[in-house]
Formats: sequence, C-alpha cells, structure tokens
Amino acid sequence: MKKLIEIISLKKDYYIGEVTVHALRGVNLSVTEGEFVAIMGASGSGKSTMLNIIGCLDKPTSGDYILDGINISGLSRNELASYRNRKLGFVFQTYNLLPRTTALDNVELPLLYNSTIKSKERRERAIAALESVGLSDRMHHKPNQLSGGQQQRVAIARSLVNDPVVILADEATGNLDTRTSYEIMSLFQDLNSKGKTIVFVTHEPDIAKCTTRNVIFKDGLILRENAVTDRTNAAEVLASIPIEAD
Amino acid sequence: MSIKNLFKIAMNALLRNKFRAFLTMLGIIIGVASVIAMLGIGEGSKQSIQSQIAGMGLNLVTVVPGSQQRGGVQFGASTMQSLKEADVAVILSECPAVKLATPEVRGNGQAVFGALNWPTSLYGENESYLEIRERSVTNGRMFTDREITSAAKVCLIGQTVVTNLFGLGADPVGQVIRFKKIPFLIIGVLDSKGLNTFGQDQDDLLLAPYTTVQKRVQAITYVQSIYTSAVDASSTGLAATQIEETLRRQHKIKASDQNDFTIRNQAELLSTFSSVSNILTVLLGAIAGISLLVGGIGIMNIMYVSVTERTREIGLRMAIGGKGRDILLQFLSESMLLSITGGLIGIVLGIAASKIIGSTMSWPVVVLPSSEILSFAVCTIIGIFFGWYPAKKASSLDPIDALRYE
Repeated sequence: MKKLIEIISLKKDYYIGEVTVHALRGVNLSVTEGEFVAIMGASGSGKSTMLNIIGCLDKPTSGDYILDGINISGLSRNELASYRNRKLGFVFQTYNLLPRTTALDNVELPLLYNSTIKSKERRERAIAALESVGLSDRMHHKPNQLSGGQQQRVAIARSLVNDPVVILADEATGNLDTRTSYEIMSLFQDLNSKGKTIVFVTHEPDIAKCTTRNVIFKDGLILRENAVTDRTNAAEVLASIPIEAD
Repeated sequence: MSIKNLFKIAMNALLRNKFRAFLTMLGIIIGVASVIAMLGIGEGSKQSIQSQIAGMGLNLVTVVPGSQQRGGVQFGASTMQSLKEADVAVILSECPAVKLATPEVRGNGQAVFGALNWPTSLYGENESYLEIRERSVTNGRMFTDREITSAAKVCLIGQTVVTNLFGLGADPVGQVIRFKKIPFLIIGVLDSKGLNTFGQDQDDLLLAPYTTVQKRVQAITYVQSIYTSAVDASSTGLAATQIEETLRRQHKIKASDQNDFTIRNQAELLSTFSSVSNILTVLLGAIAGISLLVGGIGIMNIMYVSVTERTREIGLRMAIGGKGRDILLQFLSESMLLSITGGLIGIVLGIAASKIIGSTMSWPVVVLPSSEILSFAVCTIIGIFFGWYPAKKASSLDPIDALRYE
C-alpha cells in the first residue's frame, strides 16, 4: 500500500521566553493508505503538536514530513494553505461551524478557497457530502438548529467535500455523549471502509479501539504502537446502547 | 476567491449584526450627507455671487478718477476731475478690445411728481449705457443721439421711482417729473434688476443724457467715471491695458508719474468674490470632512471588534485552505461594503438635505455631481484605509492560536 504520511526523525521546539520546550523529540511515524490511526497520549505528550504538523498548520523544527509524496518542511505559508485545501480534511472537537450559516453553506466553505471549482459543482459536491453523512434532510438548517452529533456530522461532511487524502480529527468525540460518540465513530468506520485514511487524536481508550492502529505518545516520543486486534464495531455498540428517553 | 463570493460573505457577516452595521454606517452617512450639503451651500453662494456680478455686465471695465498728488498732498479720488468727455472718444477709437463706452455723470436729489417726492440718483449716460450695463427698456424708448447733442430734458425712470411717485404698476411715460427743480419728460421705464450683491437697489435711479446732467444739473465739464464694455469677457484684461496706455498718452502722464485714474474690471471683482466663497466652501467642507473621518474611525473600531469576535472563524478558514490574502480581502470587502453603502445612503440624504435647506431657508444650494463623485471616492478610500489594519491583523493570525481562541 502507498505511504500517505511519512514522518522521519521529526523534532519540534517551542521557545517561551528563554525556556525551550521540546514538544517532539524525534518522531518516526508512517501512515499507509486506508489506515484508521488513533493518536493517544496524556495532555502535554506532544499529540496535539503532532496533529498540527500532520495538518500542515505548523512546521517542524527539524526532520522531514512527507505528505502524499511531497516534503512539507520547505513550503511557504500560502503553499501550506493550498495544500491543506487540496489534501486534508479537518474535524474539530468544537465543530467550528460558522454560526447563522446553513449546513450546506458550511460544507461548501473549503471549496470556496479552490478557484478551479465552479459554483454549480461546489453545490453538487456539498449536497453529496451531506448525503454521505446522512443529513440530506438538514441541509438548510443552521448550526443552532442541529444537535451536537448532527453538527459534528456537518463538520465531517465539510472535511469530505474536497475529497482529501487524509482526514484529521482532533478529539472529534470529546464534546459528545457516549451514544453520539459511537454514532460518529460508526460514521468514521464507514468512511474508512470506503477507503478514507483517517488520523484520529483521542484520549479515550474505548474510542481508540474503533480504529485499526493505536499510536501512544509520551513526552514528545512515541511510547508504543500497536495494531488493534479486538476492534470494536461502533455500529454494533450503538445498537446495544438503549436510546435514552428524555 | 472570487469577488462575488467575497461580497456575498461580507454581506452575510454584516446582516448577522444588522443594528451594529447600521450604527457603524451612520457615521459615514452623516459625514457624507454633511459634506454634500456643505459643499452645496458653498457652491450655491458662489454661483449666486457670480451670477449677480455677471448681471452687472461681465465685460464691464470701469475707469474712475485716481487719487493724485499735488505739491505733496494726496487728493481723494472722488474730488478729482481728471476724466473728460474727450477720453471716451479716444478710448473708442484707439482701444480695439473696447466695444462700447459711456461717460457717467451723477447727481443726487429729490425727484418730485405732483405732491409726491422721492430721493434718488440721476445718472447721465450716453446711448450705449443699456448694452454696457446689460439693462433694457420695458416701456417707452431710450434717448437718442440727437437728444444727447441737444442736452434734452428727457429721462428714463427706474421701477422703484415709478412705484414711489406714480404707484405700483402705473405707466409714467409722457409725464413730467422734476429733479432739482428741472423738469424732465419721462420717455421710458427701465427693467427691474432688484438688489445687487452689495444690497444697493439697482432700480432706484433716473437716467438722462450725460450732456443734460453735465450742463443743466451739475454745471460741470468733467465726467465722474467711464464705463466701457470689452468685446468679450475674456478680453477685459486686454481692454484694461489698452485703456491705461491710451489714457496715459491722452493725459500726457510722464513715465515716472502715477496714473490719475483707476481701472477696474468685473473679472477682478469676480475672482475676489470667488476666492472668498471658495474659502467658505473649503471651510464648510473641512468641517464636514472631519465628521467623515470620525465615521471612518468608527468603521475601524467595529472591524477590530469583528476580527476579535471571529478569531475562531478566521482560524477555521485558514485551516481549510484560506490564505492570508483571502482573509485580508474578506475583512476589507466587509469594511468597504459598510463605507460604500453608507456613502450611497449619505449621498441621497445629502441631496435631500440640500433641497430642504434650499427651500426652507431660501438659500441658493447647488449640489454638483463632482461633489457626489468626490464623497463616494472618499468613502471607498476610507473603507480601504480604515479596514486595512483590522484586516491585516486578521490575515496575520496564526491558525493554531486562532482555532483555540476562547
């Protein structure tokens, strides 16, 4: 299988005043096409820094990061922006949907920054993305008219709309209850089974069990890596959780 | 990102805070409206002064006796007797830029008709007077060459004198009035011109042949002033130079001596008054411009608030591929939309305000298209200028920090 992400002896230092913080101390990691990787670790372990670098939002101090065959380390701010636009999809803990903007318009947003896509195609792709997350009946709802799970599904649709090579999720279930978390994980597993590569940052071991491989960070280094043997099928768990009456 | 999308996003962002957008725009609206109204008032007063001066004859070049030194004593200009009837003939024959010329002799006194009397001025002129001063005879006729030669006791009468001696709208032609005990046959009535720029009644006069006034009323041989008319308004300067040369020769003034006459032309008067009203316009415009500036600062303030409020949105837009330039243009188009919309509303209100001021206070208010274009351009510039720093701040945010902003 093709290696989509290849990270070689990557270091990241932060300078806060005169103190140097070594957030990453030489990490080697690779993700192949079709994987569903969970990055885990306590806070301060370097997992967020890792995700920022994988997401092309930050540049490493030293070492190489090769995304889909291109070394990111030498790119400018603007080049990184268009790279994020074409290659990556982001899902955040707090959804980050634009308020008072319909689901459809929110999903269209990444395509607005790609001038090669005309408005008609933009709309069609946004509709298709919303349908793939099961929200075809909520297209014209605004975020405040949607539940947390629905908002996160809009965010997932937004991350899918530009057909990225990797979807990056940062604590995507952190704000959701157990049932909704498994709903979202079920959706991610579904996308993964259709061939999407997903990198998923979480600190919940139960959620991490839904992925195919767990990478555990500690003090800026990878503590251990293991393939998930007894993988949870999120859809099955979901069926076993009773719907709370409220 | 296309311009259409930029403005769509800006429009949606502003519509999310309609009242705030309106209040921000209000600064620009008031600024632009007051600039337009103030410039309108300034321009109106300028045009009204110009038209009044033009009404006195734009081609007019006046020669009056100048102050003179005799034996070390400076004599006042009005006591001088340096202008003669012959000067008029010389000016007409030797100055090609002068089309018409008339001597003027004045006398003040009571005009009497029956039991009524009225203090007025008698002006002695020749037959070119009407054309030089741009006046006309509404009823009756002008005096003739023959009547000038014979110093005939005929006169034309101004509307104010008609009203006071004969009653409003009466026809005095053919009646005889007395001025300084001399009877004058009224042969015509002058058109009504109203007050001039200086508040003088231009209809309070009697007009007679200058010979009559010289010989029969004042008993003098000199003339008090000479009015000439240049061939066109642009050659008044040339006419003045030619008249000066001619009169210096005629009066045999040595090169080292000063003129014994003074030449004034309307163009000079016009430029003096124009510069006064230009200063007025600039002053009014500057005061209004300050309010426009304050409006611009209001936009800057609200844009800073907006950037801070929407830090996470900026972070998200950057994360999904928005470049610094896209974010800059987004906020810039928002501030421009605010200022341009405010500007357009301001222009409409400014024109309306000018109309209201013009009609309620009966001031001459003239709104020039150039002032509309100017204030529109200023608004656009304000939008860019005051929107630039907040937009620049937004575009230089770090996406990671912006996404985490609480």
